[in-house]
Amino acid sequence: MEWQFFLEVLVGGLLAGVMYSLVALGFVLIYKASGVFNFAQGAMVLFAALSFVSIQDMGVPFWLALLLTLVLMVLLGVGIERVVLRPLVNQPPITLFMATIGLSFFLEGLAQMVWGTNVHGLELGIADEPFDVGGVFISKFDLFAAAVCGTLVATLALFFSKTKLGRALRAVADDHQAAMSVGIPLKHIWAIVWGVAGFVALVAGLLWGSRLGVQFALTLVVLKALPVLILGGFTSIPGAIVGGLIIGAGEKLAEVYLGPFLSGGIENWFPYMLALLFLLVRPEGLFGEKHIERV
Amino acid sequence: MHATPSPYLLSVNNIEVIYNHVILVLKGVSLDVPEGQIVALLGANGAGKSTTLKAISTLLRSERGDVTKGSIAFRGQRIDALTPDQLVRQGVVQVMEGRHCFGHLTVEENLLTGAYTRSISRSEIKLALERIYHYFPRLKTRRQSQAGYTSGGEQQMVAIGRAMMADPRMILLDEPSMGLAPQIVEEIFEIVRELNEKEGVSFLLAEQNTNVALKYAHYGYILENGRVVMDGSAEELRSNEDVKEFYLGLGGEGRKSFRDVKHYRRRKRWLA
Repeated sequence: MEWQFFLEVLVGGLLAGVMYSLVALGFVLIYKASGVFNFAQGAMVLFAALSFVSIQDMGVPFWLALLLTLVLMVLLGVGIERVVLRPLVNQPPITLFMATIGLSFFLEGLAQMVWGTNVHGLELGIADEPFDVGGVFISKFDLFAAAVCGTLVATLALFFSKTKLGRALRAVADDHQAAMSVGIPLKHIWAIVWGVAGFVALVAGLLWGSRLGVQFALTLVVLKALPVLILGGFTSIPGAIVGGLIIGAGEKLAEVYLGPFLSGGIENWFPYMLALLFLLVRPEGLFGEKHIERV
Repeated sequence: MHATPSPYLLSVNNIEVIYNHVILVLKGVSLDVPEGQIVALLGANGAGKSTTLKAISTLLRSERGDVTKGSIAFRGQRIDALTPDQLVRQGVVQVMEGRHCFGHLTVEENLLTGAYTRSISRSEIKLALERIYHYFPRLKTRRQSQAGYTSGGEQQMVAIGRAMMADPRMILLDEPSMGLAPQIVEEIFEIVRELNEKEGVSFLLAEQNTNVALKYAHYGYILENGRVVMDGSAEELRSNEDVKEFYLGLGGEGRKSFRDVKHYRRRKRWLA
């Protein structure tokens, strides 16, 4: 029974980690293409979830609400790029970072002003109930989240490696100036990246929203994405996934097996410890792009 | 009253460039590139060669530089106000100094990004790629390597090949010889000549290596301190005494010293 319990904790942790990956993914997309650390990603997650439930509350059917929210999020992403970041082009990264912090608070305020501050429930139609796989209990909802995340990552991976636009995005991430010199319009590319980040925020918002309820605390999932990013590297999509899995599994296992010795509550700080240790060994993260240097 | 059509593919007319609103880098540079020619822009470090190219390609603006006076025309049309991607669509592509390949993309992906502005079918893209590989057979063998791990010469080829994928009329080539072995430099210039003759692409070429540049160019301009101090056909420049002494290192009388007053005066007069 001992190993079954271990397995249950491990699988539960891995699946929870997928949820962290989802948030981290939004960061990676923007950071990779524009070098901006978008602190407002969490606010975008909240904004997406809140918009979705509020639209649904008006009596709009599920799929239409989803579509409307998607449009809204893409517009929001493009709008942020246009209004906040484009005027700041060529400014030092810290300026851009500060701008996204400001943006984060603005979005939280805006979402609550428009949609109200009530906590909403969000029902995706997947029950959060465990089912039995060879004696190990796995949450259906977690499994669903993992499937969604897997599909999302596969789609993004294909998009980045196989399409003209995806290639252009990677080119911009690599060398802005060279991308400009071959005629890739940076402004369009950044708008697209922010649009895609809005889409990822929507997916994360729906899953997290139905898990925690749609409320202000959703913006705090950003903080859980940070150790994931440090572990996986800021520039790698697979890194965001693997980082999320390690953090998810690590914190659950630590809670269960180390918790009793350390009076519990480990889950809250363990990921940061792990990330800190990791920084010492591999500052660019597991999969972060190494600076290519020829000798 | 309508303007007479310019006989030149590219005309730069008395441009002045200021960086950061204060630093005057170009002080009235004029030059012309006739269709189908290779024109060299020569001069020492900091003379303004790169700045001139960036002013033409409008990449200057991303470095806080501004063209404050003068005009630039391509096929008789003003191009100063265009964005870089509009300019590429018009047929002017810059190959930047230091090559600037996309290091994490493969050689082939690098080439493909060059075709971003063209709306052509997959099969046409394939043809375009094959055409590049025809001129740069070395790139074909390395097509799946990450560009960041290829040699300097190969990276320069990637950069030129990538520019060619845009199907340009004109390439602004900045310091292609930088950091490359003399043999590779010759190899690259041979390809440039071939592209010029067979594809009809005109080149404006900034180069410190005066020797090689004048061997392949049709015409040359010499820049000093942000001004054109001399221009002429490649033969004229090659046989000019001052050019020989100050740029080709062919003084004839061995090593120079500042004690050699005659030389010093000539050099001063030259720079004035």
